[in-house]
Amino acid sequence: MATIEHEKTAETQKYKVIGTRPIRHDGVDKVTGRALYGADKRLTGMLAGAMLRSPHAHANIKSLDTSLAEKLPGVHAVVTSADLPDCTDKVANLGEGSVNLKHLSNNVLAGEKVLYRGHAIAAVAADDIHIAQEAVKLIKIEYEVLPPVLHVLDAMQENAPLLHDDLKTDELGEIADQPSNVAKHFRFEQGDLEAGFAAADVVVEHEFKTATVHQGYIEPHNATALWNADGHITVWMSTQGTFTARQQTAELLHVPVSHVKVVPMEIGGGFGGKISVYLPPVAAVLSKKSGRPVQLVMSRTDVFEATGPTPGSVIRIKLGVDKEGNITAGEAWLAYEAGAYPGSPVGAGAMCVFSCYDIPNAKVDGFDVVVNKPRTNAYRAPGATNAAFAMETVVDEICEKLQLDPVEFRLKNAAVEGTRRVDGPVYPRIGMVETIEAIRDCEHFQTPLEGKHRGRGMATGFWFNIGLKSTAQATVNPDGTVGLVEGSTDIGGTRASIAMQLAETLGIAAEDVVPTVVDTDSIGYTDVTGGSRVTFATGWAAYLAAIDIQDQMVERAAKIWDCDATKVHYEDGAIHGPDGNKLTFKEMAAKAQTTGEPIIGRGSADPQQPGGAFGTHLVDVEVDVDTGKVTVLRYTAAQDVGTAIHPAYVEGQIQGGAVQGIGWGLNEEYYYDDEGTMRNSTYLDYRMPTTYDLPMIDTILVEVPNPGHPYGVRGVGEVPIVPPPAALANAIYQATGIRMRELPMSPPKLLHEILGKAKTNGA
Amino acid sequence: MAKKRVVTTTINGTQIEFLCQPRQTLLEVLRDTLNMTGTKEGCSNGNCGACTVLMDGRPVDSCLVLAVESEGAELETIEGVAPAEGLDPIQTAFLEQAALQCGICTPGFIVAAKGLLQSNPSPTEEEVRFYLAGNLCRCTGYDKIIRAVLDAAQAREEVTV
Repeated sequence: MATIEHEKTAETQKYKVIGTRPIRHDGVDKVTGRALYGADKRLTGMLAGAMLRSPHAHANIKSLDTSLAEKLPGVHAVVTSADLPDCTDKVANLGEGSVNLKHLSNNVLAGEKVLYRGHAIAAVAADDIHIAQEAVKLIKIEYEVLPPVLHVLDAMQENAPLLHDDLKTDELGEIADQPSNVAKHFRFEQGDLEAGFAAADVVVEHEFKTATVHQGYIEPHNATALWNADGHITVWMSTQGTFTARQQTAELLHVPVSHVKVVPMEIGGGFGGKISVYLPPVAAVLSKKSGRPVQLVMSRTDVFEATGPTPGSVIRIKLGVDKEGNITAGEAWLAYEAGAYPGSPVGAGAMCVFSCYDIPNAKVDGFDVVVNKPRTNAYRAPGATNAAFAMETVVDEICEKLQLDPVEFRLKNAAVEGTRRVDGPVYPRIGMVETIEAIRDCEHFQTPLEGKHRGRGMATGFWFNIGLKSTAQATVNPDGTVGLVEGSTDIGGTRASIAMQLAETLGIAAEDVVPTVVDTDSIGYTDVTGGSRVTFATGWAAYLAAIDIQDQMVERAAKIWDCDATKVHYEDGAIHGPDGNKLTFKEMAAKAQTTGEPIIGRGSADPQQPGGAFGTHLVDVEVDVDTGKVTVLRYTAAQDVGTAIHPAYVEGQIQGGAVQGIGWGLNEEYYYDDEGTMRNSTYLDYRMPTTYDLPMIDTILVEVPNPGHPYGVRGVGEVPIVPPPAALANAIYQATGIRMRELPMSPPKLLHEILGKAKTNGA
Repeated sequence: MAKKRVVTTTINGTQIEFLCQPRQTLLEVLRDTLNMTGTKEGCSNGNCGACTVLMDGRPVDSCLVLAVESEGAELETIEGVAPAEGLDPIQTAFLEQAALQCGICTPGFIVAAKGLLQSNPSPTEEEVRFYLAGNLCRCTGYDKIIRAVLDAAQAREEVTV
């Protein structure tokens, strides 16, 4: 099985650097073990920290006594929520989303109440980790255990145990009188729903459930902090956003942002889960109390139990289609578990549920519901995978009922330029149709699947890209290279994709750009590495920095040639003037040193037209009907990637996202007992996909340039996680005749359905 | 607290003596005592393989080995994979195949792959997938990692022929 070779389009043909596959700039450090991640930070006098976490899912803290822990030799500081300043109900805007600071503070260190197992309560800093852990055991704490509520539908019941007695439902914009676990109910509508369903010949309606799943990054959360005597705090950490980490830390500690410097260490995966802060404020107050730098690193169980997974959900879909195969109406009801504090990605799920199609009459209701589980956080296209699982399974069922070809049905109803999404926006040029066609025309689709208990399924998915703010700075070296300084932490090769856009603009080699990711004191404001935005927006900032260099070089050449700057222009890596005068970038860089001030390019961007991203996936499975185990035989993912800057890393994003989606579809779940304890909080039991579970993942890069970017970039990172569970469900149906409507479609669940079906058939 | 022990071991060809508590893992000593932070900690209970080192030529999760157990052993860590100049063919293949994204699992994969190619110089895709199933990667979907290891096997063969 070969990877499908990526061919340049007419549009991308003109590029020299974009579309090539250079070795990433940080590559050698990462294959030799020299790259320093958060937990690799070492400082003189550094203490190790450990945390006390709640063994209960829901409890009041009756008393807390840290005196014995403080007396243990080797212990330097113990902190609790009493050491954090009181945060009010203020909402802080963090770029990609906002957060209630009181909730964030209580999540960092619980106050009077713990809301999930693993909720942090106190922390100790000691000479080594073993002493710190021993000290944690000496903290005396009394709980009043309360009944937990663990499922979204239970939490929505009127008599459900309440997590917050001051949380009142925002019911379509009106605040309710009585407290509830439902934080918010909102609605999107367009057209005439009743008329739409009346025009339908077939209406299919089902309820779907999806389990809580975790991002699963291999590097645990960490923070190393030093609170200096001058009041300035330095935090070394792995984070998706240094500036958002700075802001959250400053807000929670009531210090000005300028007193917090966040130094980005290499980050070992995030997928949305390393935006919210957990450890920096705690490490900082431990440092303040002890006068020493303090390092906190989570255990794997802490990561599962106490950092943001993505929500479990219940979704109901009702879809009406006429005989010709036109979707006439769609209705969706989505309830997502926010975890312990409001803020699930149900809003995005509601925007995405119908986003692949042109549905004239639609209504979507969304509910954000708190439960006694860790506060949820973003996970790659947050909210969209749950919704696509439900919608794309219903689409498959409708196609079967009306005996319509699933490809033709999707092509007929696909969202195109001008389609209005249910929440309002009208699409610009998008590549939904092209991804379906790419799958229809690929060798995988054209090759019939044979064999017993085998099936093939397809599904599509959509995810937004966000723009937001980025800064880049580029200094020209006399040897003709450029030092590129940026604020976007690099999770998956963005140093390369940003440097390549700078190189393309200047007409130099990617290897002649030296990119560095720097701390919050050393670069302008840059939003998070998230929302599929870095190659798009920070790439744009780098492009602007390159244009700035071009302009300065044109000015300088005009000065050298003693002519008017309007007679000089930059093209193809060189400055061209009158009388055939020409200086290459390298020549100009050498001359710049002796002809005037240093040349430094500056780029700051806040692009307003991010492109949406679509993907269509095709999967072949074989079901072991004796065990319920599903084996993925073959997988192909087609995606509109705008312009593939570094195709190898674009493929990598798609492959990685697809495999996370396969894990989500087939195996992964938070498995809770009735007390609210996650019973599978290790990698062994949580069971993410391994090398041995998978085939190669073939990718088809469809390039429909985004008109809103100088190089047509679309974000590519998130959408590939959206289609897999639905594609797998449709394939399982082909293989077994069973419609799976609950995730994960794990062996016990699928076997249960297989045995049930056999019983019915046998009766 | 139990008394510290002196352990003598060979790491990346150099004989080393270190002091450790009996409860300390090899991973902890490598990272915190010897400051060899190339070996990563992902789970500390033997499930993710980020801390893989070769112990007498065999890959082990260093989080599951007590430091005192390494007495007399020959250890190889990620810091010892590359020759004095340049890179090992496995490292080169990882770079050329873009077989890493965040890179946190990469040292473990490279060390495990070295263990594989030492015992089986020309593995099939199936054999690579079986051997590396103890190393988790959450970014890549493994496709490019498998290709890199197969490429490296080829490259090593060409060097030895």
